[in-house]
Formats: sequence, structure tokens, C-alpha cells
Amino acid sequence: MSYPPQPSAPAPGAPPVPGAAPGAAPPVPPPPGGGYSSPIPIVRTHLGHAFASEWTKIRSVRSTMWTLGIMLVLVVGVGFLIALAMATDDWVGAPLLSGGLFGLMLGQICIVTLGVLVITSEYGTGMIRTTLTASPQRWRVLAAKAVVFFVLAFVLTTVACAITAVIHSSVLSGQTVPEYEYDDPMFKDSISDSGELVATGGQWFDATVGAALYVSLLGLLALAVGAILRHSAGAITTMVGFILLPLIIALFMQAESLKEVQRKLIEYSPLSGLASLFGIPFFEDGAVGGWGLLSLLAAVTGGMLLLAFALLSKRDV
Amino acid sequence: MIEARGLTKTYGAKTAVYNLSFTVQPGLITGFVGPNGAGKSTTMRMILGLDEPSSGTVTVGGHPYRKLPNAPRQVGALLDAKAVHGGRSARNHLRCVAQLSGIPQRRVDEVLDVVGLREVAGRRSKGFSLGMGQRLGIAGALLGDPQILLFDEPVNGLDPEGILWIRNLMKKLASEGRTIFVSSHLMSEMALTADHLVVIGRGQLMADMSVRDFINTHSASFARVRVPDGEQGQRAKLTAALTEHGGQVQPEDDGALRVAGLPLPRISDLAHDAGVRLWELSPHEASLEEAYMRMTQGAVDFRSTVDQRSGLQQPAGPVPPQGYAAPAPGYAPPAAAPGAPPVQPGYAPAAPQGYAPPPPAPPHAPAGAAAPAPREGEAPR
Repeated sequence: MSYPPQPSAPAPGAPPVPGAAPGAAPPVPPPPGGGYSSPIPIVRTHLGHAFASEWTKIRSVRSTMWTLGIMLVLVVGVGFLIALAMATDDWVGAPLLSGGLFGLMLGQICIVTLGVLVITSEYGTGMIRTTLTASPQRWRVLAAKAVVFFVLAFVLTTVACAITAVIHSSVLSGQTVPEYEYDDPMFKDSISDSGELVATGGQWFDATVGAALYVSLLGLLALAVGAILRHSAGAITTMVGFILLPLIIALFMQAESLKEVQRKLIEYSPLSGLASLFGIPFFEDGAVGGWGLLSLLAAVTGGMLLLAFALLSKRDV
Repeated sequence: MIEARGLTKTYGAKTAVYNLSFTVQPGLITGFVGPNGAGKSTTMRMILGLDEPSSGTVTVGGHPYRKLPNAPRQVGALLDAKAVHGGRSARNHLRCVAQLSGIPQRRVDEVLDVVGLREVAGRRSKGFSLGMGQRLGIAGALLGDPQILLFDEPVNGLDPEGILWIRNLMKKLASEGRTIFVSSHLMSEMALTADHLVVIGRGQLMADMSVRDFINTHSASFARVRVPDGEQGQRAKLTAALTEHGGQVQPEDDGALRVAGLPLPRISDLAHDAGVRLWELSPHEASLEEAYMRMTQGAVDFRSTVDQRSGLQQPAGPVPPQGYAAPAPGYAPPAAAPGAPPVQPGYAPAAPQGYAPPPPAPPHAPAGAAAPAPREGEAPR
């Protein structure tokens, strides 16, 4: 409220309208010709820009360092301890590289967590609005996230699995396979001419690249689930449930009539595929091997990613 | 240039924005004003393609936002502060945004200098104050040197120096011919910054005009008239006389009268004819803030009531008879305020001793009773 010094001017004639004639007021000042245009040339953006951006993003937060660091420690550390434990016996009764499974079973939780966080941390902090304002081509953002995360997870998991495999190979090689094991399909092709336990090239590949691919796919599935649920805790819980629940449920299905269901649950549980890749499948006579289960996981992941893309382009942010 | 046509957004049963049409011109600062919850942020999000309109369209520079080939080079936006991953440093945050649109690294340091965050660029933005967060957001908006800029509540959390800085920054950007669209719920801030106003309330357009026109159209002048204290008869007599001759008279808290619809000399004449002495007869013009308050009064979503403090009282006991009326000294019960003016003759508003809760009705009732919409209609005639 002010006290204008001129007492005569605003004398209220018609209630709301003071001295100035409102009808005569000029409209908006004319815009100075054409507006502004930046002197810097504008490039046309493409997926490569999104890759660079997502690479910067994933590098520059601590959660990446933590999850990947813990994954490395778990896979290599637990693998090393298991190798030491197995080295006390003359005959361990398991394929040479199979001990890497246990560390990776723990390590995969880290990869899953990172996969979820890559996308949900943006929703949690509001960063997603900045991101999608900077790149309204939304599919590009999700595609870049998926590729950058998958490649990073795959490379580091492969490295971790390779180190573990080398440890197991050097600590446990030289065992003599007892005669009675010669017919076991588990040791097919992995007994040398002198009767010692060895790992075939295929086993090396499965226990490193195969296992890393499997875990990275799980991480990618986690990223898709994160993009769908947009909530860190919810997505991580969902993924841990997806990995563990089939086995836990199967544990209680002891009734005879449920035997078939129980078997299927165990055979197709996410951990079953990983165990098969390490040469110790849950069922020797399983219908699908490690790579079959890996393909299944890839199909599920692909489907969920498609759903994530569809929802991302449709939903309000 | 931003053009909205029939923009509507509903969330379930709630309509956040309804049939909004406006144009934001280049070279001007256009203020986007409305009470909290009026739909400002929703509109901003629709402009930026974050929310899909339920119906209607909005284009920036002639294209829907999501069709822009390199959006940050054409449109810069400051969203609500802290649309930022707090674990990332300011520089890395800007770097990843810049990379999305092919903006070189040099530019990141440039805008860090512009907003004055160069020294803290390596720190994680989690520890930033609200003002620093705003500056980081502004840096992000400036990255692409865009011709259109949207600022959602930019002065929130800034200190006075920061407010002055953003005000001057926006003026400079507008003078370069850019389109500036800035939302705020502070009309006083817009009065100092904006050239043009788009006012919304409850999601609907209430005004789209220049600031000057807005004041001219919506501010109402009135006169304050005071009769000698303690002479209630005189006051009633004057009220009757003024009302009879077409004035709208409302009592003010301190015993004066607020008279609209009559010129000052006429009030004086009428008082003279009625034989009433006047101690005060002064002209008043409503400020932009008041004009805005009057206009949006019916469109406020969150209205507060007087705190009754009855929830704190013991439900039963020996005390209730006297009730709440006579607590500690220094508390003036509400009833005392409007009626009898206190002893000091010249000036005596609400709070004579300690604390007096504002009387609920008077300050709002007058303007609220006269519904703003019909008056608007009358104005041009």
C-alpha cells in the first residue's frame, strides 16, 4: 500500500479504473526482429552423444565404484578362499573351475544393484527431468544407459571371473581323477591322458565369458525393471526375489504331487543357469543347458527392455 | 516464441491445467504467475515435453519440444531446483548434460563462471545450498546458448544479491532478443522483472497482458476516510451518506473507512453536507501485489485459517467455564480488535499489546465479496 503524493490524480471515478484510460493502452511492445540466434553452430545430436553422456554419468557417481568394487572383491576373494578350502583334499569331486560360482552368486547382487541404480537414481533425485529435457528423444537415453552399463558390467565381471578361474586352475590342477568318476558326464573331456583333472577350452569360456554374460544380462534385466518401476528399493527387491524366490519356494514343495513343479522351478531358476555354466548343473539330465538358460534370460531381458522403452516414451516424467 | 493452444492436463479426476492459450514473445520477459498449485509447473513441464497434454498443443519455436533435433541448443530450462543427482559434482553434472547435445567441455567452465560456481565445481552438489542449486540449474539452462529460456521459480532460495543478479541476467538475455518465460508466485518480484504477464489460477488463464495494462485494469483506487475517534454516530452518518450517493464503504481495522466509487472532492462535499468532520481523507492506489491478490483470491488452492489452538486444550476439567478467553496477559482476544479503537489517536493498527491474532473476516471480506470477474468486465465500458 502506498501513498502517492498527487492527491487529485487517482480520484476514484469508476470503481476499478484509475486515471489512465485503459482502452488506449498500447498492446505488447513489438518484438525486436526475429529474436536471438546463437553464433555457435548447432550440431545434430545422435546416439553417440548419449553414449558419451551416460559414460560420464556412470563414471562420476560413487555407487558405481562401490558396487563394482565390492563385486570384484567378492568374486575374486570368495573364489580364492574356496580354492584354498578345496586344495586340502586330494580329490575335490568337482570340475576344475566350478568353485568360481559361489563368489559370483554374491557378486551378481552388486551388478543387479548397479543396474537398478543406473536408472532409478535419476528418478529418485529428479535428474531424469534434466536428462529428458536435454534429450527429448527418450529412447536414446535408455538405449545409451543400457549399452554403457552392459558393456561395463560385462567387462568387469569377465575380468573378475577370469582372475578367479586362473586362481582355481593353478591351485587345484594336478589332482588325479579316481577311476570311478570316469563315467560321470560332469568330467567328460576334462580328464587328461595321464588321468589328471583339467579344464577344457569350453569350460574356460563358460566360466568366464559365459558367466559374465549371464550376470550382465541379469543386470540389464534389473535396469529394465528399474526403468519400469522407477523406484530403487522396489526394483532391487523385485530382482532379488526373482533370483532367490524360485529356489526358496521349491524348497517347501515336498509333496509328491508338486514334484514336477518343484523340479521346473529349480531347473529354470536364475541360479540354475549360472551353475550350469560352471559345470555343476542342478540336474544332470536337465532339458536345457547353461547356454539354453542364458538365451532364455536374454529373451526375458529383451522383453522387459521393450516394455521399459514403451513406458518411458509414454509416461509423464 | 512459445505458443500454447488449448492446453489441458488432467490427473485422474483433478484438472491441473484447463484450456490454456497464450503466446510468449521474444525480446521480452514474460512472467508466469499464479498461486501455489495453480498449474505453473505442470504447464512448464508440458512445454518441455516432460508431461503429455491431455488435450491441446504447445510449441517452442514452432515445433513440439520432443521433435526438436537438439533441444538444449534452442531451449534452456531451469526446472525446480535440484533436478540433479546429488552425488555428482557440479562440473560433471554439467558435463554429462552438455555431452547430450554435443556442447564442448569449454562451455561448461564458461557457464560455471557465469553463475559463479567455478570454485565449487568439483564438489558434489548434494552439499549445495538452495541458492547454489539454483545457480547450477541456471548454468544448465545457459549451456546451449538457447534462444528460449524457461525459469521455474528462479529466485527461490537466492539471497538478495542473487535475486538482483538473476533479475539483471534475465533482462540482459531478453535484451539480446531471447524469449524469457519465468514463473513465480511472487508478484512483487514480477513487478520488477517482467514486461508481460500470464496469470493463471486453478489452471485457467486469468490474464495475458503487459504489466502496465495489468495494473491499470486490476488495481482499484480507493479513499481512506477517518472521522474523529470515539464518535461512532458521525461514522454511521457518513457511511449512510456515502452509500446513498453510490460509494462502497467498508470499515477498516483501525476505525477508518475505505471508500471506493466516489472521487475525493465528492467525499469531502458529502461529509460537509452531512455535518461530519474528517480527520483524514487520503487517496490510495492498490499495488501490483494487491491487484494480483484481488484477482487470484477465488483461485487459491491452499487457504489458511486462524489457528484456534483448541486441539491443545484438555478435553475436560475444571478450567472450561472461562474457556480460552482470558489466558496470560498480553494476549488480546480477537473480538477486541475491530470494534473500539485503542487510545492512541493517530495510528493504531492491530497489535497494541504483545500478540493479537488477526480478526478473521475484515481484511479479506471486502475485496472477496466483490467478485473480481464481473468488475473486470465492466472496466472497459
